[in-house]
Amino acid sequence: MTDRSSDPPRPTRRNLLRASAAIAGSLGAGVATPGRAAAQASDNLPPNVPAWMKTQGDPVLSPPYGQPSPFEKGIVRRQRARTQTQTAASSQTPLQDLHGIITPSGLHFERHHAGVPAIDPAQHRLMVHGLVERPLIFTMDDLARFPSVSRVHFLECSGNGSFAGLPATATAQETHGLISCSEWTGVPLSTVLGEAGLKAGAAWVLAEGADASGMSRSIPIANALDDALLAYAQNGERLRPEQGYPLRLFLPGLEGNMSVKWLRRLKVGDQPFETREETSKYTDLMPDGTARQFTFMMEAKSVITFPSGGQHLPGHGFVEISGLAWSGRGRIVRVEVSADGGATWRDAALQEPVLSKCLTRFRAPWTWNGDLARLQSRATDETGYVQPTREALVDVRGLNSGYHFNAVHEWRLAADGTVTNAA
Amino acid sequence: MRPSLLIALCVAELAGVGARAADHPTYGLGRPATPVEIAGWDIDVRADGAGLPPGHGAVSEGQQVYAHKCAACHGDQGEGSPMDALVGGFGTLATAKPVRTVGSYWPYATTLYDYVHRAMPFNAPQSLTPDQVYAVTAYVLFLNGIVPKDAVMDRRTLPRVRMPNRNGFTSPDPRPEVPRR
Repeated sequence: MTDRSSDPPRPTRRNLLRASAAIAGSLGAGVATPGRAAAQASDNLPPNVPAWMKTQGDPVLSPPYGQPSPFEKGIVRRQRARTQTQTAASSQTPLQDLHGIITPSGLHFERHHAGVPAIDPAQHRLMVHGLVERPLIFTMDDLARFPSVSRVHFLECSGNGSFAGLPATATAQETHGLISCSEWTGVPLSTVLGEAGLKAGAAWVLAEGADASGMSRSIPIANALDDALLAYAQNGERLRPEQGYPLRLFLPGLEGNMSVKWLRRLKVGDQPFETREETSKYTDLMPDGTARQFTFMMEAKSVITFPSGGQHLPGHGFVEISGLAWSGRGRIVRVEVSADGGATWRDAALQEPVLSKCLTRFRAPWTWNGDLARLQSRATDETGYVQPTREALVDVRGLNSGYHFNAVHEWRLAADGTVTNAA
Repeated sequence: MRPSLLIALCVAELAGVGARAADHPTYGLGRPATPVEIAGWDIDVRADGAGLPPGHGAVSEGQQVYAHKCAACHGDQGEGSPMDALVGGFGTLATAKPVRTVGSYWPYATTLYDYVHRAMPFNAPQSLTPDQVYAVTAYVLFLNGIVPKDAVMDRRTLPRVRMPNRNGFTSPDPRPEVPRR
């Protein structure tokens, strides 16, 4: 410090403060603010030598299981809504702060009905019984010995989104954060059902969790024998506890609740089991008072994650619009973006890989002239299905359907650079 | 056991595995689940009552169970505060503010037994006896005006309870129903 203080020109305290304020301002909302560094930031800026170049950094294994930079501490899951209990609750993924298509395991959204059980894998068992030739019990070691597969798929809660709409202050985390995407590894469910041997008449499989809700859902046998997995790993490591450790069912493209976590039992039957979660919940109330049951498919959907609610653009000029699209029916083939509320559209570029039943990252270069903009995205999947408008969806299903809201979403970019939720 | 007999048993066991493999594609992983093991975990109750255990419970008994185990969360009469309402909501499903309760929405009475047994009370799931579950199921159905005050629920009577919204559900899923553009 004494050496540098003799070298003119040197920054004055006033200059320092001005520089710090400028840095904080240019980062804006939605971008991690390096709070600790900001006060002395200019000491590390050209022409000065940054402090971190003048000393050894932390040693290896600091810590043994690596963590994000402390400057990223604001990038976390947030609880979806205030609930009466903290165990029957959900948290949402900060989509607006993520890149690419993979959700870090620690940021995968949560929906628990009775909390996260602490299961010793050595004491966990999967029972397969019902309409099978050989009722079987598997240890986790047994399951890991089967031929395995790894696939990248999204998982979306069917309650992701709101027919009634959300406040103008809502972020992408709040409007769309009940979706995440991981590489899942496990044994195909068809392999394990084959090991037990299906009997004639097998039509539905009850999947039951080992949590305190005994979560249970009926799975059509066609889905069970298609691409369903008994997953024990996620993004290269064993499942996180909140994702079902040590074993979960994973049903690509179907509503998240069916992918029962902490899976302990599969019972094959000739009819659905009519559990509470497929009758009183996860059924879609229509305007005429009837309810649609077994509405499993997560239809094509997309959302712009930049610019998105709560973020702030520092000024007009170049903006790379970026977001995510997905479909439970297969691959995304097209994403269009609009800056005028859907009056005109143009194609976004799809980032490879574009995988079936997986998040697809889209990008569209855009020059913002500083006027009010209404930013929308619209996905088309390989079946030709086009993501509908809110009006079209509400026109058919009303406002009390609750689940499977997949309408086109709009963000409003104001002249001052603030971005708000339009619905 | 004589060594020769032990060897003979091992050979027989290996032959058995081989026969099973030939019988059906199999990796020989896992072990048979015994009837006792299955019985302990096989807790689901189907819409037709399959899976209901022996036992019985009356509305009056259920009132006592409810007062001690349920009322704190679901209200003295099932009106639902702070947690879900269990009672009422009839005639609201097609309105702007539908109230979905056991009485107004649930299609099967058997589901109530299944769910109460597996997941309730919230702080002590699977702690109620079959008699208690039958009784509190009877009481919640009584509060909804679905069964009379002298009703007794058991594996024979519960599946026969006709829920008001039994025909309120449609499937298979007709989606996608929103036309292209």
